Amino acid sequence: MRIVQRKLGLAVVAVGLMLGQASALAASAEKGKSLFMTYGCFQCHGTVGQGGNAGPKLAPSPMPYEALANFVRTTNRQMPPYREAVLPNEDLADIYAYLESVPAVPDYKTIPILKD
Amino acid sequence: MARKNPRSDAARSEESAAAVSRRKFLAGVAVTSAAATAATGGANAATPPAGAAKVPSVLRPTAHQVALEANVVTEVKPMAGRAGSDFMVDVIKSLDIEYCYANPASSYRGIHESLINYGKNTTPEFITCMHEESSVAMAHGHFKVSGKPQMVLCHGVVGLMHATMAIYNAWADRVPVIVVGGNDLDAARRAPGVPTYHSGQDINALVRDITKWDDNPVSLQHFAQSFVRAYKMSMTPPYEPVMIALDGGLQEEPMNEHGGSLYIPKYVQTAPPHADLNALRETAKLLVNAENPVIVVDRMARSQDGINSLVQLAELVQAPVIDQSNRMNFPNTHHLCQSTQAQPLIRNADLIIGLEVADFWNTVNLFIDNGLENGLGTRQSRVKPGTKLITISSAELNQKSNYQDFQRFQSVDISMVGDTEASLAFLIEAVKSAIGNDRKAAYEKRGEAMKKDWQQSHERTKQAAVIGWDANPISVPRLCAEVWAQIKDLDYSFVASRSGIGSWPNRLWKMDKHHHWLGGSGGGGVGYGLPASVGAAHANKPLGRFSVSMQGDGDLMFAPGAMWTAARHKIPLLSVLQNNKGYHQEVMHVQRMSNRRNRVANLGTTIKDMGPVGTRIENPDVNYAKLAESMGWYATPPISDPAELGPALKRAVEVVKSGQPALVDVVSQAR
Repeated sequence: MRIVQRKLGLAVVAVGLMLGQASALAASAEKGKSLFMTYGCFQCHGTVGQGGNAGPKLAPSPMPYEALANFVRTTNRQMPPYREAVLPNEDLADIYAYLESVPAVPDYKTIPILKD
Repeated sequence: MARKNPRSDAARSEESAAAVSRRKFLAGVAVTSAAATAATGGANAATPPAGAAKVPSVLRPTAHQVALEANVVTEVKPMAGRAGSDFMVDVIKSLDIEYCYANPASSYRGIHESLINYGKNTTPEFITCMHEESSVAMAHGHFKVSGKPQMVLCHGVVGLMHATMAIYNAWADRVPVIVVGGNDLDAARRAPGVPTYHSGQDINALVRDITKWDDNPVSLQHFAQSFVRAYKMSMTPPYEPVMIALDGGLQEEPMNEHGGSLYIPKYVQTAPPHADLNALRETAKLLVNAENPVIVVDRMARSQDGINSLVQLAELVQAPVIDQSNRMNFPNTHHLCQSTQAQPLIRNADLIIGLEVADFWNTVNLFIDNGLENGLGTRQSRVKPGTKLITISSAELNQKSNYQDFQRFQSVDISMVGDTEASLAFLIEAVKSAIGNDRKAAYEKRGEAMKKDWQQSHERTKQAAVIGWDANPISVPRLCAEVWAQIKDLDYSFVASRSGIGSWPNRLWKMDKHHHWLGGSGGGGVGYGLPASVGAAHANKPLGRFSVSMQGDGDLMFAPGAMWTAARHKIPLLSVLQNNKGYHQEVMHVQRMSNRRNRVANLGTTIKDMGPVGTRIENPDVNYAKLAESMGWYATPPISDPAELGPALKRAVEVVKSGQPALVDVVSQAR
């Protein structure tokens, strides 16, 4: 069992390294925004990655690319894993660039209807 | 004539019916003969004497000829005495049922006529519905406000088939509805063709698995007993729908054929059953001594008293409460309302008390639909070893086998059957007796920690709402915050919502009254939201409350005719449409299957949608404003700019306050 777990761990690292290379490619936030919609990420995470009742917040300030990519490829949690055949590395890098481009949000106390 | 139950005495019934037919036929023949004789005499009298000077070229038709041309062969006399269905109306009135939600049908024409003429269309008033599913959902929504069961009339077979999904919702939501289905039992007497297609030997069989009790009365006295019994059973916890089949002949026959001794049984509500006192005392001991107790509630509070009792219990030991939100059980303004912290609290608990929790297995276990474990998905315990589990549930008093609303079986340490609201007073007294002075400091410390957690959670919720604040389509938290800004100073009632809205209203709005949140559909059957909102708003109207609903677009399209009912009967309701152009629960199921099979989900070839084929409501977009306006509603065009939302909602609120229903179409995020 331990051997299996070790192999799985190595596989995750390998995928992470591979994806890390992909992220080094010229990623486009604009293209990523479009891909975020067509791959249906927005369905659970919202159009700006704000999260919702079906998926956690992704932006602003997304987790490091490698961590996100590892999760996307190997998740066994509620989200189904997206393998490269479904979501190519280049597209994932663009999506990450889009999430990185989401601006920080103001304090809720600056919004009158949330202040009360 | 009393009709016989064909299942028990078919031969005699047929013989009896045949005898009646013969009697009526012979009477008809006698009248026809008399008419013919009179006509003959008339004709003779009109014959001119022999040798008369002139004979008109066209003779006047005889009375017999006139009768034949007009298809009048017999004289139909009015019914002698009162109709059987008049007595039925007396029975219904004795229970003070306010409304009869119904789509008209031939199989209940007798009682329909009696309700509106003999009964003067009051108590109950006939509310015209455009689908039987809507009729039941309206009665469902009405009860959640009024606490009084309403009546639904539906056509036998086909009407009842339409109603079934909504009856299942009411069943799973523990809501009483009195469903009455017309039916022509007598095969020798009923009309051929469509009326016979719409008749059944036992129409109640359609809904027997999802009703608490049903009957098929064969005499008026039988009807009186059955109707009062049905009402009584539906109103004994666990509340559930009941079904009465109403024979067409029984409705239309004269009362005097049933003798002169008809009576209406007096209704006395059954006292709700409470849990075993010894088991409650044992529960109290465990609760006062627990280090990390958690109270989980689902369909617990039947009234404001239930909420008040739960607050009292939780405060005694400063135990956090997780409200699963199928009812308004606990004020979200209270520091012990810790619903947002459900997972960590359950993980750390040493005692979990579930009160009317429909799915206790899923509360203390985790299921992930990830295809692991031979495709069954991951299943693991959420609780640490040794955690004591206790339940009180009335649903166990009335479980049936077929439909699986009882959920996965969960073993517990103390299991009590009984109505929780009725049991809380005993549990509170037992807790007071069991508390020792040595525990009070621990409770105080726990209470202080809960106050801090509640405040932090409140702040986190508001900060999370800011992300995507100006997004287009409009974010769900922005939508909920804008609605709250318009209704916060009103005595509002949040009558229905959809899953895509999630818990945002429960987190952003102040909820401390029973009518502030009515809960969901029960069985998860789509098509509940609109008609249930109309029914609930109907009940809120005389109470002066402002009804607001978060309406799903897919749900609205199941039964849009409910909008007409709201306009026709002047029911004020603010329906805020979360127009996300799709069935998003299903989007993710298709996506999950595609990913599991290593395939890209097909968004369409000629027309590209924003989700897998078959899950979207776009191309073309539905014009909800025109749909609503066509049925007498005030409606806004689609709003996608967040800045326009507040002013649009403000205008709609004023419209609703003036007594009209209003739809605000908000192009919003998926979830």
